[in-house]
Amino acid sequence: MSKTITIDELAVPFKEGQTIMDAALAAGVYIPHLCHNPEFKPHGSCKLCTVNVNGRNVASCTLPAVEGQQVLSDIEELNADRLALTQMLFVEGNHLCPACEKTGNCQLQAVAYYLGMMSPHYNHFYPQREADASHHDVMLDRNRCIYCELCVRASREVDGKNVFGLSGRGIKTLLVVNSASGLLGDTDLAVTDKAVQVCPTGAILIKRHGYAVPIGQRVFDHITIKDVQTGGGDE
Amino acid sequence: MKQFEFPEISRILTPILARHGGDASRLLQVLLEVQDVCHFIPSEAIDLIAAHFGVPRVNVEGVVGFYSFLSTRPVGEYRLLFSGNITDQMLGKDELMQYLCNKLWVEPGKVSEDGLVSIGSTSCTGMCDQGPAALINGWPLTKLDHNRLDLIAELIRSRKPVADWPAMLFEVVDNIHRGDVLLGQPFEPGAAIRATLARGAKETLVEVDKSNLRGRGGAGFKTASKWSLCHAAIAEEDGGVICDVGGHPERFIVCNADEGEPGTFKDRVLLNSYADLVFEGMTVGARVVGASKGFLYLRGEYRYLLQQLEAVLKRRREAGLLGETILGQADFSFDIEIHLGAGAYICGEESALIESLEGKRGRPRNRPPFPVTSGYKGRPTVVDNVETFACAAKIAEKGAAWFAAIGTAQSTGTKLISVSGDVARPGIYEYPFGVTVSQILDDCGAEGRPYAVQVSGPSGTTISWKEFDRKIAFEDLPTAGALMVFRRKRDLFQVAQNFADFFAHESCGFCTPCRVGTELQKKIMSKIASGYGTASDLEELKRLGHILKTMSHCGLGSSAANPVLDILEKFPDMVESKLKAFAFKPAFDLDGALATARTITGRDDDWAHL
Repeated sequence: MSKTITIDELAVPFKEGQTIMDAALAAGVYIPHLCHNPEFKPHGSCKLCTVNVNGRNVASCTLPAVEGQQVLSDIEELNADRLALTQMLFVEGNHLCPACEKTGNCQLQAVAYYLGMMSPHYNHFYPQREADASHHDVMLDRNRCIYCELCVRASREVDGKNVFGLSGRGIKTLLVVNSASGLLGDTDLAVTDKAVQVCPTGAILIKRHGYAVPIGQRVFDHITIKDVQTGGGDE
Repeated sequence: MKQFEFPEISRILTPILARHGGDASRLLQVLLEVQDVCHFIPSEAIDLIAAHFGVPRVNVEGVVGFYSFLSTRPVGEYRLLFSGNITDQMLGKDELMQYLCNKLWVEPGKVSEDGLVSIGSTSCTGMCDQGPAALINGWPLTKLDHNRLDLIAELIRSRKPVADWPAMLFEVVDNIHRGDVLLGQPFEPGAAIRATLARGAKETLVEVDKSNLRGRGGAGFKTASKWSLCHAAIAEEDGGVICDVGGHPERFIVCNADEGEPGTFKDRVLLNSYADLVFEGMTVGARVVGASKGFLYLRGEYRYLLQQLEAVLKRRREAGLLGETILGQADFSFDIEIHLGAGAYICGEESALIESLEGKRGRPRNRPPFPVTSGYKGRPTVVDNVETFACAAKIAEKGAAWFAAIGTAQSTGTKLISVSGDVARPGIYEYPFGVTVSQILDDCGAEGRPYAVQVSGPSGTTISWKEFDRKIAFEDLPTAGALMVFRRKRDLFQVAQNFADFFAHESCGFCTPCRVGTELQKKIMSKIASGYGTASDLEELKRLGHILKTMSHCGLGSSAANPVLDILEKFPDMVESKLKAFAFKPAFDLDGALATARTITGRDDDWAHL
């Protein structure tokens, strides 16, 4: 008989080596997340996927599933805390959804929809962050970066290039690129790189593809992120 | 501003890189030396260092950006950083800093026009018993006052090399006021190793277990459990066990001397005057777990101890207490290497410390796996506090029964307490566990009527005068060793605000709740301090506290709200007296927003205000 954990009273089977998130996604149970992408090694930084396991809060994307774990996820307290974290992500950057090409396809926006975010709640930080249009095919807008490091991981693990990295510390954390000039155009990034495809927000965009799909007809305009991420497909 | 040019950067770098070899774990050590020579890390240096270690440039840049003592822009030939702990602040740090800035014509946090000097703040430098303190190009200055700053300003203006400054400016004293089994009894170097070899490694582990020694860093994990887990673990690669040069499974012993918790300075004293005891404890630990290599991770603020610690290590090697075949034991080799930190409190967290030892950004790892099974370079690693190793040496020498008879049943042995703040005799006090706070306050001559005490630094607990009967022990008030005393009339809100600023500055930025939450907490505290706080802000602080406590990645985030929540709970008057009567008031200050315009136009008349 296969091993199981319990997520919100539902018995969820898992295989040895799977995390709680892996088991949940495989069983069609949605736990909100942004920095996690099943194609990459778990990271555990956004903390949206925090669940309560046997009384303790842990990131479900990094914690290995163990027989008999009692996991609470879709409960009022955790959803309220996830909402607060999402609001924090909005106010620490400059997220102007109506003016962003990614609107409707943006996972940050979609998670905010899912959690019922009606306002940013906190005061905006309005940080000064640089956009970088130096690359021929790719636009980097740091205003929208949430430090999930998916581009960092994709460039390192899939593209074998190390185009992206983090510098700074704390609230001054900064996405940097692998060139002496600090410009994306001076790196060896190619538009076909995996790193260009994985950004959950609009921080990394492919140039000359603006508004190919009209607003209103985009992924999350019609389907919740829960359905998208548990329905077997990426988007 | 004068541009620094380093056309011969490779000539500067070549000897440094040659000395450190090709292992990328030396990256941070190399960067510290480059910073020393160039007063920043030039872009060309980043390229050369990246090429030398075979790591991406972006990683090197990430490391430079992470540590406070490294910078990608020039910070002046003289970089003076005032210690920003609340105890320094109470001793007049803010006014002194402004005084020196005025004297040298420089704005706080900026480099002077001629590129000569910059003046700023840094987190607690561990000199709270002899503050106000500062660092000049990394070297500690103590007991600062106007006279000393006059002298320092003169030395800087005349461009006198820091090495030639008068020694009295750098004098650091131990200030031991009460010694017990660690500080008050003599120790013969080698005694604990001899006892360990005579008794046997397994039997020594049993002794450490029976002694009930618990980690002195504050968390109180049982040392014997850690050692035994590490001893049982092996690292594997391609199906084979990873072995050290001696052919044994590779394991590491790490001494955490990243004493960054504000108000704590006992490791400074242990390393200054009891280094043998600490190194001996590490060596005993190495014998027990089967490690051949150890590291002392020394916080950058204590680099002034580096040379003398290296001398102690050398002496111990010569005495056969370190290195190959220790005390003639053919199967016992162990040596210790010292790594310097570079201004990052988070590196006191054991997995962040290991990352830093590997030359990376100090970011706490995901657990499991824990360091005892997968630590430094993926090998089983024990990370213990400086004081824990000192205790371990004593236990190895004198036995478990002797040690367990001291203190309380759950908290055996003694604890070093670093006392600072409003007391007549700040310094180090060693007590058996179970001592009451009021006993300590009596002994250190707490001035006036002590009103509140911060136990174990900002991440610990604020206790009020009603709680002074509480005991220092894992079962009541666990502590990493700091005890900061505040007399009546001290503004405890300012204390909590100082701590909130500290956590925001030291958050590593990895996880959302801590990265943004500590900054939000700092902003709200600042809003209240400037007279714009309302009752709703207090609710917001409590809500933030809940998120920090329950959602953060590591202990920094989960304890970052402690001082704020404690003051709200125990001293509500101190906060409420600062509030506006309104239920809500926006943080935006219209008149304040014009400050930049006033600076630019040089105006401060009535018409320039709303």
